[in-house]
Amino acid sequence: MKRMKSAHHDVQTINKKSFLKTIKKNKILLLMCLPAILFFLVFAYLPMPGLYIAFIRFNYAKGIFASEFVGLENFRFLMISGKLWDLTKNTILYNVAFILIGSILQIAVAVLLNEISNKLFKKFSQTIMFLPHFISFVLVGLFAYNILSYEFGLLNNFLRAVGLDPVKAYSSPESWPFIIVLTHIWKTTGYGSIIYFATIMGIDPQIIEASKIDGANVFQKIRYIILPSIKPTFVILLLFSIGSILRGNFQLFYNMVGASNSMLFETTDIIETFVFRALINNFNFSLGSAVSLYQSVFGFALIMISNWIVKKIEPDYALF
Amino acid sequence: MEANISNQIKKDPRTKLMAIISYIFVTIFTVTCLLPFILMISSSFTSEKSVVTQGFNLWPREFSTIAYKVIFENPNKIIGGYVVTILLTAIGTSIGLFLISMAGYALQRQDFIWRNKITFFIYFTTLFSGGLVPYYLLMTKYLGLKDSYLSILLPGLMSPWLIILMRNFMKSIPHSITESAKIDGANDFQIYTRLILPLVKPALATIGLFLALQYWNEWYNAMLFLSPNIEHRPLQLYLYNVVTQAESIKNSAANSNIPPQSMPNETIKMAVGVIATGPVIIFYPFVQKYFIKGITIGAVKG
Repeated sequence: MKRMKSAHHDVQTINKKSFLKTIKKNKILLLMCLPAILFFLVFAYLPMPGLYIAFIRFNYAKGIFASEFVGLENFRFLMISGKLWDLTKNTILYNVAFILIGSILQIAVAVLLNEISNKLFKKFSQTIMFLPHFISFVLVGLFAYNILSYEFGLLNNFLRAVGLDPVKAYSSPESWPFIIVLTHIWKTTGYGSIIYFATIMGIDPQIIEASKIDGANVFQKIRYIILPSIKPTFVILLLFSIGSILRGNFQLFYNMVGASNSMLFETTDIIETFVFRALINNFNFSLGSAVSLYQSVFGFALIMISNWIVKKIEPDYALF
Repeated sequence: MEANISNQIKKDPRTKLMAIISYIFVTIFTVTCLLPFILMISSSFTSEKSVVTQGFNLWPREFSTIAYKVIFENPNKIIGGYVVTILLTAIGTSIGLFLISMAGYALQRQDFIWRNKITFFIYFTTLFSGGLVPYYLLMTKYLGLKDSYLSILLPGLMSPWLIILMRNFMKSIPHSITESAKIDGANDFQIYTRLILPLVKPALATIGLFLALQYWNEWYNAMLFLSPNIEHRPLQLYLYNVVTQAESIKNSAANSNIPPQSMPNETIKMAVGVIATGPVIIFYPFVQKYFIKGITIGAVKG
């Protein structure tokens, strides 16, 4: 018995010793990661338990733990008011449009750019196409105002000039799905096409040469060589984007629509803009947290599912 | 023989048709991408009167630099904005780049025993988050960063995507370099600073540009955490205020010699837009190729 105990003790000291040894061996590498570990601990992990706010009636003065616990009250309110459904619908529909229309255009740009033989034109157009990616969303909002403003906008200028009625874009919710999807495409297509373009560039030129000798025309080349070679990239990007389908693009919506244009909320309110208003305009911390929790949990589930699908299709591309 | 074949293919009407379609489509898209920029610049050089009577145009109907005159008559806000933005960009980019590359190096070392655990610890934050409300409370109530420029600097230093991108870049460096330096008695940090950093300059450039651009375009944290009584706001937040609030324009009218009724309310928004974006557009053509390289590598391996 005694011997066993001491043996157990020995194992423990050995474990302890080897653990210390491992730490010592990896000390510098560990220290090199430490800033990153602390960073994510503070800015990403510390807020996570704060989701508890979704279950209380938050009182800023009292702090999180002294506020009254109300259980699922906040969620019930959101369900009854229909808010949760509206926000989910808008967020998902916008993302589906972004993903589908965006992918098609990104592929189209990459394929057509590849058919252009003038190097100077190619480089110039590529440079211009990527430009929208590099500007702030505030500027995108300014552009939208410049074009859509009822009194001064370029669009209404044009409509008046050709004798048509000007449109009141900032008070007609039905036009915003088009405006927002168009703006999103405008900002992301050029940059997003890089990956597809790189994939096309990676195709073995011998295959294309061989197909030419076999008499394939340019449409056949695109149909039977280029598009199939893009397919894996497309599938992987598609599956990844499904994982973030419940996450909106706050900066885009907020700068396009504005903080308090409630006339447009019906078609432009997404989860993030709702949470932001709940926090900044209405100081309703609990409601905002409830929506965030809902978004995080469902988003997480969607990521796990899409990762599982990626693993089935192409294990190399799985996230984890 | 080969030249002959490709000549024949070039004559194929389908190839010609495809080329025409490509040129037309790419030209239309390119013009669409450029148009808003031209519209903004020309609007900023238009007289307010012509904007009010005829609206914004792609070419100034009545050329005027009044909007810029008003801004530069009282340049405190714009200069303050520039100083804050440039400082945040420079400091944030250099610190961020140092910390990201350090972590990226450690996390790609095959002999670092916790590399997978730490990578997942970092990666998990992209899967699940506490959301805006707890983040806001943490920053204001618990870290006390309300009205502090640190509230903009700190959250932007790192992101999981940039660390993983850096790690992937560094993976391509042969491990034997690290091994031989170790035998020579260098420690891990010395290997990182003296051997690895000089070898990954393209990666540093790419990720540095990502960081710099992000700091330059930052307005979200600034809007959340800087109250209106902060005098020097980052450029994009200043632009946001000018675009959305008539107040800030009235303020600049009060400070200038121009009577409020002839204040260039509309064109001044466009002028601030030009001023806040100018440097990005000027530097952009020079740095574009690094971005392309960066996103391609990240996409292929990430």
